[in-house]
Amino acid sequence: MNKYTRPAVALHWLIGMLIIATFALGLTMVDIPGLTPTKLKYFSWHKWLGVTVLTLTAIRLLWRLTHAAPPYPAAMPSWQQMAAGGLHAMLYVLMFGIPLSGYFYSLAAGVPVVYLGLWQMPVLIDPNPELKPVLKAVHYWLNVALLTAFLMHVAAALKHHFIDRDGVFKRMMP
Amino acid sequence: MSTRILIRTSLAALLSLALAGLATAALKADTANSSVAAVFKQMSVPVEGKFRKFNAQIDFNAAKPDAATAVIDIDVASFDLGDAEVNKEVLKKEWFSAAQFPSARFVSTGMKPAGGKYDVTGKLTIKGKTADVAFPLQVKTEGKNQVFEGALPIKRLAFNIGEGEWKDTSMVADEVVIKFRVVAAQ
Repeated sequence: MNKYTRPAVALHWLIGMLIIATFALGLTMVDIPGLTPTKLKYFSWHKWLGVTVLTLTAIRLLWRLTHAAPPYPAAMPSWQQMAAGGLHAMLYVLMFGIPLSGYFYSLAAGVPVVYLGLWQMPVLIDPNPELKPVLKAVHYWLNVALLTAFLMHVAAALKHHFIDRDGVFKRMMP
Repeated sequence: MSTRILIRTSLAALLSLALAGLATAALKADTANSSVAAVFKQMSVPVEGKFRKFNAQIDFNAAKPDAATAVIDIDVASFDLGDAEVNKEVLKKEWFSAAQFPSARFVSTGMKPAGGKYDVTGKLTIKGKTADVAFPLQVKTEGKNQVFEGALPIKRLAFNIGEGEWKDTSMVADEVVIKFRVVAAQ
């Protein structure tokens, strides 16, 4: 059958769910006023999730580069195939850019990331009060871009499945 | 008449100079080049906050270390964790309670040479609570300055730093290390 490989499908859905959780947790934690133990916990969990997403995305990209995606249906217009390719590339860029911007934002704030509270991740830059607000804005706007790209991705998948019924979505079905 | 006044003033000046030479040289801390920081772990993450304002009065003569004294006053409201919101939070009742206890103070009670270093004992007061502390001190000479460096481990809960839900040491560890480097001109 014309499908993505099993590991590619597993990574797609796993990373997708992790991103939704990380995104929701990020929105929740910044809305907590003041400073509370819960807020600090959420920040730590958010960072751990981000590191997990980054690692899985790196594995996924390596898999993708060594395992070709199944072809699109012949009837699918070439502009749509190009648009899909562009959107997928954009999603990969954001899946790397967002955790990295968050990671460096945390370092610029003088708070290194200790993964799962067990392993300290590399401190690549010194605390930097000038860079901190810049990275915060970058992290925010990349997320706005991700939300936009994600909605387009889902809308296209649903259109292919329910309107075109061309099997494009089925290639990624678990 | 004017000559007499001049002589009198010069004599007074000479006298005060001589007196200053006789007394143990009180050192003037160069606070711009000195630092006092607190390092602790928040959910296993090492975090450092700096006290931007403090005053150090040190009397130290290497020939007579036993006679040395030190008084450090720290403005707790100047604690800087690198985030305006967090900085405001730590002044609250649960943490420093800065309105009620604006300064922390260290007063030395003894100093003994110990193999190139000195063993210092003293009383540390934070948030109105006083505890006996001891730590090794390093004294170096850098150009015309004398540099006093050391790290003093304390338990934050002994000073009621972090009350209520903040007593949870899995969130913020009990161990806090106060790192200091005081530069003083002779």
